[in-house]
Amino acid sequence: MTTDRTALEVSHLRKSFGRTRALDGLDLYVREGEVHGFLGPNGSGKSTTIRVLLGLLRADAGTARVLGKDPWHDAVELHRRLAYVPGDVTLWRNLSGGEVIDLYGRLRGGLDRARRAALVERFELDPTKKGRAYSKGNRQKVALVAAFASDVDLLILDEPTSGLDPLMEGVFQECVQEERRRGRTVLLSSHILSEVESLCDRVSLVRKGRTVESGSLAELRHLTRTSVHAELAGEPDGLGRLPGVHGLDVQGRRVRLQVDTDKLDGVLRALTASGVRSLTSTPPTLEELFLRHYQEDADGERAERGDKAVAR
Amino acid sequence: MTAVLGTAPARRPGPGALRRRLAGTAPLLRLALRRDRVLIPVWLAVITLMVLSMPNTLRQVYGTPDKRADLVASLTTNPTLRAFYGPVFDQSVGGLTAWRVGTFAGVLAAVMSLVVVVRHTREEEETGRQELVSSAGVGRLAPLTAALLAALVANTVLAGLLAVGLAGEGGTGALALGLAVGCTGMVFAAVAAVAAQLTESARLAKGIAAAVLGAAFVLRAAGDAATKDGSSLLTWFSPVGWVEHTRAFADERWWVLLLSAGAVAVGCVAAYELAGHRDLGMSFLPSRPGRAHGRLATAGALARRLQRGAVLGWSAGFLLAGLVLGGMADGATDLVGDNADTRAIFRRMGGHAGLTDAFLSAMVGVVAMVGALYVVASVLRLHGEETSQRAEPVLATPVGRLCWAAGHLVVAFAGTALLMLCAACGFALGHGQDAGPIAAACLVQVPAIWVVGALAVFLYGLSPRLAPASWGAAGAVLLIGWLGPALDVPRAVMNLSPFSHLPKLPGGDLAWTPVLVLTGLAVVLTAAGLAALRRRDLATG
Repeated sequence: MTTDRTALEVSHLRKSFGRTRALDGLDLYVREGEVHGFLGPNGSGKSTTIRVLLGLLRADAGTARVLGKDPWHDAVELHRRLAYVPGDVTLWRNLSGGEVIDLYGRLRGGLDRARRAALVERFELDPTKKGRAYSKGNRQKVALVAAFASDVDLLILDEPTSGLDPLMEGVFQECVQEERRRGRTVLLSSHILSEVESLCDRVSLVRKGRTVESGSLAELRHLTRTSVHAELAGEPDGLGRLPGVHGLDVQGRRVRLQVDTDKLDGVLRALTASGVRSLTSTPPTLEELFLRHYQEDADGERAERGDKAVAR
Repeated sequence: MTAVLGTAPARRPGPGALRRRLAGTAPLLRLALRRDRVLIPVWLAVITLMVLSMPNTLRQVYGTPDKRADLVASLTTNPTLRAFYGPVFDQSVGGLTAWRVGTFAGVLAAVMSLVVVVRHTREEEETGRQELVSSAGVGRLAPLTAALLAALVANTVLAGLLAVGLAGEGGTGALALGLAVGCTGMVFAAVAAVAAQLTESARLAKGIAAAVLGAAFVLRAAGDAATKDGSSLLTWFSPVGWVEHTRAFADERWWVLLLSAGAVAVGCVAAYELAGHRDLGMSFLPSRPGRAHGRLATAGALARRLQRGAVLGWSAGFLLAGLVLGGMADGATDLVGDNADTRAIFRRMGGHAGLTDAFLSAMVGVVAMVGALYVVASVLRLHGEETSQRAEPVLATPVGRLCWAAGHLVVAFAGTALLMLCAACGFALGHGQDAGPIAAACLVQVPAIWVVGALAVFLYGLSPRLAPASWGAAGAVLLIGWLGPALDVPRAVMNLSPFSHLPKLPGGDLAWTPVLVLTGLAVVLTAAGLAALRRRDLATG
């Protein structure tokens, strides 16, 4: 359903709170009709970006366009076409969940009553409870039902499932798939990488207020290493000399190695030359992808601290 | 709300078990006092200032024993005044101080205590903060104990301040008054401790405790209205009445303090029993289920719904205040009698017309200044919605910031007019005279209250961090209006308060210029605040 038109376009976004630099030239590009994963460690600027996209914060520099409009100046007009679910949903203690769902629905210009009823059922939400009586997960369900039942073009979901149980997580994933089939655009900020892997067409990884990777999962995988385990007919030969091979571990006829995904072809040739008895090749998980960027970050910091310690 | 399983309540806990249940009380008490490092000192300062400024005022106005005897003679004949202040037991300055402010100091100490106790018990559970704290080596009864101890610290300091501050009027009497006020505070700390176990909502718990306080005040008032010497049995049933029964500066009856101590003990035992038998976050009063479908459709409707209860409560209060104060108006002429200094004070407060008019005018002003507290509280709902992250998803719908803010501001500003209308009805009914002038007197106050509200909008619009400063502005207006005339402060200081510029009604001329200028000022401040709100970032978590 993905089209070539742009739903979200953010470039070189900067935002500081006092001395803290939350966004440091962040870029984000989301096509219309795609489910876009927005990933990054805590405090990397995801929520700040989303608040800029909602016109709640004003960027210091850079540009942001949402559905072709300026999120700060055209906020009200824009908000008719989007629904937002915050990561930490707070409700009014004396309003019931049902009242809140209907309020948000009406504020967004009406909601589909049948769809609302179906969603309440699927999420197993008791809409008569008062706001103070809901658990974190149930508060999120209130916001999710309100968002999914609204007739909008864009859904902005900021860690929407952090309080849901695995069953409800499944319902959530179904709902997002349905939204995709209806041609809606979804920006999904999440920590649950399996969720992103199964839902998202493309992802953007951010770190310290900057985008470090962006693309489809296949494209991103291309940049990383595939793990290969093989049992061969004869002794392997010359594997270590091949370009892109890392962590080679040969024990007799058993071989374990990692290879840059774009160099996989050469490795396979070398293996078949020795005769292959069995072979497993594991594509990199998003988690590995994520950890690689995150770890570099942590390693970098450790190294920096080390340097400073030496300098002292 | 997650339930935490406790030890089986049927088993009788030994001393070791008790220690476990109280584990962590000391750090929690330190946490409570640290969190209340502004709240408690401000309450203590206000109460102490109110009490300690009284002897001076009394000396200025009723300097000689003759004048005081005159006053007491007229006081004892007026049941409305007795209902308000209680009976006079001694004609000394100390005795009159205890009469004039003893009950009110007790009531204020009670409000402070119930706020502190609910804040550190039910509010912590309701927000979910307690869950984390309770998981960290904290006994089941520790939070309640820490809250009660925090109240005890506050009330002890208050008793000490009053005893030392009034020592010049007689050390024994001062000590008795201080202890009586502090004990009343502790009684309502215990009441609040029980209320906090009953309901899931901190606001409702405060409401229950405040209702008990209100009932206690009414019991005492009814008893004192009926008898001249405080001998009515009703006053003995009221913890608020025990302040006057302690008879500070009038042959003190120390054993009355034991009544308070007993009541505190009973309340604490009840609270601990309840607390020991329930789960964290749970309550004994069931919470009713709400609607499955809602009717709210706009940001304005939401604001009205959120503030509905508060507006109703304030309106009832203003109606009641009008009734009581209106009913006192004719008696006020007796009270003042031919005391020239009191007349002067009322004239400074209420203008130069006849004494009844001056009294009414002064009281309308007093009520209106309390309205300043309403308007600040109502405007700052915006601040509360923003900082609690409830505004964020609303503003992510097609609701502009101005539209969102307007919803609450309409309640704040129209509510102000409604409140003063209620007060006007009360005054008219209580006084029983022509309603027109008193209604005009009440409504003319509205622009001055609006200016205070508009200042709150302005500060909030500039930055959410500045918003709480509007309480300071409302407090300053109250201090200037209530104490200014009695202390005869310079005109320049009086002029800082918008209320000082209003025409003195009833009795005076209705001058439109200040009314229109104040209205204009309110409009300008509100517009500036809203303009700033549109331009700034929303507070994030």
